[in-house]
Amino acid sequence: MKPKLSSALAVLSVLLLVAVPLVFPADIANTLSRVLALALLAVSLDLLVGVSGMPSLGHAAPFGVGAYAAALVARDTTSFAPVPLLVAVVAGGLFALLTGVLMVRTKGTYFLMLTLAIAELAHVLAQRWEGLTGGTNGLYGIPSLTLAPGGEPVTLAGVRYWWILLIFLIGFAIVWWTSRSMLGRSLRGLRDNEERMASIGYSTFWLKLAVYGIAGGVAGAAGSLWVAQNRFVSPEDLAFEVSAMALLAVVVGGRGRLWGAVLGAALVTIVRDDIGASLGGRGPLLLGLVFIAAVYLLPHGFAGTNWRQLFTRRPQEDKA
Amino acid sequence: MSAPTAAPTAAPAALTLRNVTKKYGALVAVDDVSLEVAKGGRHALIGPNGAGKSTLFNLVAGGLPTTSGQILFAGDDVTKRSAAWRARRGLGKTFQHSSLFLSMNPLDNVALAAQRVAGKGMSWVTSSGRRNSEIDDLAEQCVADVGLTDRSHIMTGNLSHGERRQLEVAVALATRPKLLLLDEPAAGMSPAESQRFIELVRSLPSDLTVVIIEHDLELVFQLADRVSVLHLGGLIADGPADEVREDPAVQQAYLGEGSLEELFHETPVPPDLPVSTTSAAPTEEVAG
Repeated sequence: MKPKLSSALAVLSVLLLVAVPLVFPADIANTLSRVLALALLAVSLDLLVGVSGMPSLGHAAPFGVGAYAAALVARDTTSFAPVPLLVAVVAGGLFALLTGVLMVRTKGTYFLMLTLAIAELAHVLAQRWEGLTGGTNGLYGIPSLTLAPGGEPVTLAGVRYWWILLIFLIGFAIVWWTSRSMLGRSLRGLRDNEERMASIGYSTFWLKLAVYGIAGGVAGAAGSLWVAQNRFVSPEDLAFEVSAMALLAVVVGGRGRLWGAVLGAALVTIVRDDIGASLGGRGPLLLGLVFIAAVYLLPHGFAGTNWRQLFTRRPQEDKA
Repeated sequence: MSAPTAAPTAAPAALTLRNVTKKYGALVAVDDVSLEVAKGGRHALIGPNGAGKSTLFNLVAGGLPTTSGQILFAGDDVTKRSAAWRARRGLGKTFQHSSLFLSMNPLDNVALAAQRVAGKGMSWVTSSGRRNSEIDDLAEQCVADVGLTDRSHIMTGNLSHGERRQLEVAVALATRPKLLLLDEPAAGMSPAESQRFIELVRSLPSDLTVVIIEHDLELVFQLADRVSVLHLGGLIADGPADEVREDPAVQQAYLGEGSLEELFHETPVPPDLPVSTTSAAPTEEVAG
């Protein structure tokens, strides 16, 4: 796609997203708020999986750590929106850096299994540490965010949506810029050929730790958005299902294409929560079918598919 | 102990191996090898299959730990250092099997090395899309040096085998090496590609030390001024190329009962001998 056309499309999509609460009823804004929070999680995961070649099945862990941190700050200290957000970013990032020191020494399947193990540990910890996390009941009674220190709580779904959209856009821009920077080129080098990166003098340990920390910080921000919308957080928010959904969103959307991860997250969330709800709890089943269909029909995901070629090739195959 | 016999120079040798040994259990892959590579030299390491050439390459490059012995790089002991550390100190290398970044174009492959040299490998503030003269000039220069300018925007996965070998050299050159290690660079190359490769190595700056590990003796004696011969893990000859040519031990190792003429000169090699140069062409015999 030509750069001019793609930036025009980007501006148009942002304008459409901004206009949503002005046109549609509040429940649409609420759904989209949840979609945006999970989309930011998927985008940060794509930085690991698609850009750097580090497949993670435990990305719900920094997301959940950010969510709990934001919830505790909002409940006990201040619900002035930027404060829980920044605390969540720091918490998610620190969590990723501390666990990353061990994890980034491994690669491929070993890395995948370690991410899964750490996330399961975090999940169990959230269930057991009742003094901090409220155990399996979770944390509730979290006040609505305020947009001025000590100001009025935001009650309009549309305003809350705009705050979530703003943070989503900033988070997306940070990840997009990371993949475009010289660091991003090094990360793609890591994905293509880690051994060669070492042989031209890169410390692959620090590269991997850096990207793991950035992805963790952005996932933490996504967690704080999740809490801002739901005003509730429970161990289920860092369960395996959340990690798997994020990875599914990345794969369906197309690895390495960040906007693809956004589309993937939208598809996954809407299929599971909205279409699934009307199927009497068979959302996960439908999600599985979507996943199988996506892998067979679009092995490179939405964003990685050359649609024009796909549609022009079909008739020729029919003739033959 | 076989003391190195290299001519004494004022500066420390570019690369010194002292009693380097590598054992895999009971198997001794590299056995007490000591040698010196002079600064600016063109040094070849040859030997029959299984002589331990690739193991020795990996020991020098930092891919494998030594069992005992010392490796000195420009006088500094690097025996315990990682491959990345050695690379940062000026050890460039190309792999026997091309090891590149296949989803990027050749220019980005080289720029990855160039941005590391510029200290911007982890820079978050610098865009990789906008032109950065320090990095892109060096990258373009290295791509031009190996003759790939016309192909610099094609995906690396679509390059031919010979072009990938050229790109390997460009990536290694972009790390601004003081010592360049080439592991069997001509393996799998056509005679024309091989000839172009010889020209490329000859065009490298004379202060760059080149160590070439090679199977193809024709290529070795066109390029190297000094030759070391490995046989069954041990060093059996080390000296100026002309002397090594005449060494009976080398002849024995390579040819058994054969004669030196058949090894080093382009006389037709009888088909029952195990050593062949790249010029074997059995189809012509059928035609005759």
